[in-house]
Amino acid sequence: MRLDLDGVTVEAAGDRLVDDVRLTVPDGAFVGLVGPNGSGKSTLLRCVYRALRPDAGAVLLDGDHVHTMPPRAVARVLAALPQESSAEFDFTVTEVVAMGRLPHRDRTARSDREICARAMTATGVAHLADRGFLSLSGGEKQRVLIARALAQQPKVLVLDEPTNHLDIAHQLEVLSLVRASGLGVLAALHDLNLAAAHCDLLHVIAGGRIVATGTPHDVLRPELLAEVFGVHAHPVRHPVTGAVQLLFDLLPTAL
Amino acid sequence: MRPRPTTSRSRVPLTPLAAALALLLGASLVCGVTLGAAGLGQAEALRLLWAGLTGGTVAAPDAAAYTIVWEIRLPRVVLGAVVGAGLASVGVAVQAMVRNALADPFVLGISSGAAVGANAVILLGAFAGLGVWALSVSAFGSALAAMALVYAVARSPRGLTPLRLVLTGTALAYGFEAVTTVMVFGAARGEAARSAMMWLLGSLGGATWAQVPIAAVTVVAGWAWLRRRAEALNALAMGDETSAALGVRPARLRRELFLVTAAVTGTVVAVSGAIGFVGLMVPHLVRMTVGADHRRVLVLAPVAGAVLLVWADLLSRLLLAPAELPVGVITAVVGVPVFLLLMRRGAHPLAGS
Repeated sequence: MRLDLDGVTVEAAGDRLVDDVRLTVPDGAFVGLVGPNGSGKSTLLRCVYRALRPDAGAVLLDGDHVHTMPPRAVARVLAALPQESSAEFDFTVTEVVAMGRLPHRDRTARSDREICARAMTATGVAHLADRGFLSLSGGEKQRVLIARALAQQPKVLVLDEPTNHLDIAHQLEVLSLVRASGLGVLAALHDLNLAAAHCDLLHVIAGGRIVATGTPHDVLRPELLAEVFGVHAHPVRHPVTGAVQLLFDLLPTAL
Repeated sequence: MRPRPTTSRSRVPLTPLAAALALLLGASLVCGVTLGAAGLGQAEALRLLWAGLTGGTVAAPDAAAYTIVWEIRLPRVVLGAVVGAGLASVGVAVQAMVRNALADPFVLGISSGAAVGANAVILLGAFAGLGVWALSVSAFGSALAAMALVYAVARSPRGLTPLRLVLTGTALAYGFEAVTTVMVFGAARGEAARSAMMWLLGSLGGATWAQVPIAAVTVVAGWAWLRRRAEALNALAMGDETSAALGVRPARLRRELFLVTAAVTGTVVAVSGAIGFVGLMVPHLVRMTVGADHRRVLVLAPVAGAVLLVWADLLSRLLLAPAELPVGVITAVVGVPVFLLLMRRGAHPLAGS
């Protein structure tokens, strides 16, 4: 399933938080969104998973307007990992994953259980089934939330900084898990090196606008990074994999 | 106020627990009818209850006792069960709606609003034309007015956000309480002030059969709606964005929840006054037993609330018989230690806070 953002614009108090964003996530592609803090990444993603209605423009799933479709119909094909966590109610892992079945019709308790069990096995959290969600570590929580998203049986995944607060091993694990799902992915990512290693296509967003689009290799150029992030980037080759990695220091003018 | 994370747990199976609670409720109802201060033997009361149920004959000398059982005790016990079930269900709903485990049905200011109307009747003799219905109608009417006011003030472009709801409800509750206090102090008659106090703390003393159908229908309808939306409540409890991503409209769900909880609270408060603590404690007790899933919580909470209130009411009329205590005093006196004990034992997610 193909996800298109067509001129999405969000305004708040006269400011344009997101300004005429156009991008496409082809079926099965991993598309990354990078940009400095406050550049509008989360706001844009919130429009995609319907937490926010854009002031102009449209979000389209295979040509259907997400904001005019029934919410549950959208949730049957598009799952999201928002950046929020409520710590008030202590659901078990099983209960959290089972929430992914909510949008579906024609389901039975048994089919739900099987689908959830498969999702939990796929993300390696089956052994945590009876644990309280709040007792889990950051990495475990993120894997449980991915299991919930998979239990939704979507075609497209929207991830808002899925590697936040995770140590390096868990960062890599979460992203390869998502990659292995084979779904179309639109992910806001903080870490440029992770983005470079995992994304098929990268969009750089600054001040609510997309300022560069292309493969990681084409996009993550020192000139652009200096302009958008205000850092001096040095591309180097990974000594083992040969992939391009970036080293950073502050721009001389920023000192 | 982060709940203490639990490591692992074995949860009590739902069906046997619900069946046991339902049996307990049946037994409690019978106890509620047969125990009392009227000098009526238990066997006697049970016989009259049975006679009424099976359409048996009652001898003429038993007519007074029959009236006590069927026209005074039974409606009171049944109304107590209905009110307890309503308060417990609404407590669950309000806690999910404002995503705060400290919330109860009264946090939205609706009961304080109802108190203004009730006291206008008790103390000032308002709506005398409505006769015996004056108190209930006035309490419900002012509950609706309070609800409309809270809704209007709490509304924002982003819908009803949890924080705004709690703050608005709490702030307006203080205002309503001030009005009530002025009315109580301004009252000329001491006995009326006592009635007002009784109402504020909750009492089932005025229960009649006429009140039961309206209260029961509202509570059952409210509960059925909540039970149908149990999965959406789960999603809402996780956060607005999560629920949006799961196909639930959080703003709309919260609006519907507000209407349903306000209608049930208003009705319940109109017939029984502001009985505290049931709506706060029962949802927690139930979650300690079966976990946070609203599909399970909403099965047990109403039954548990009903059992609790039937016994609290029984105690309220037995402890100082023939005088009666407000039932809200009993729910607090019995409920607080039990609740604190359970929390200290660490069975509760708040224990680690």
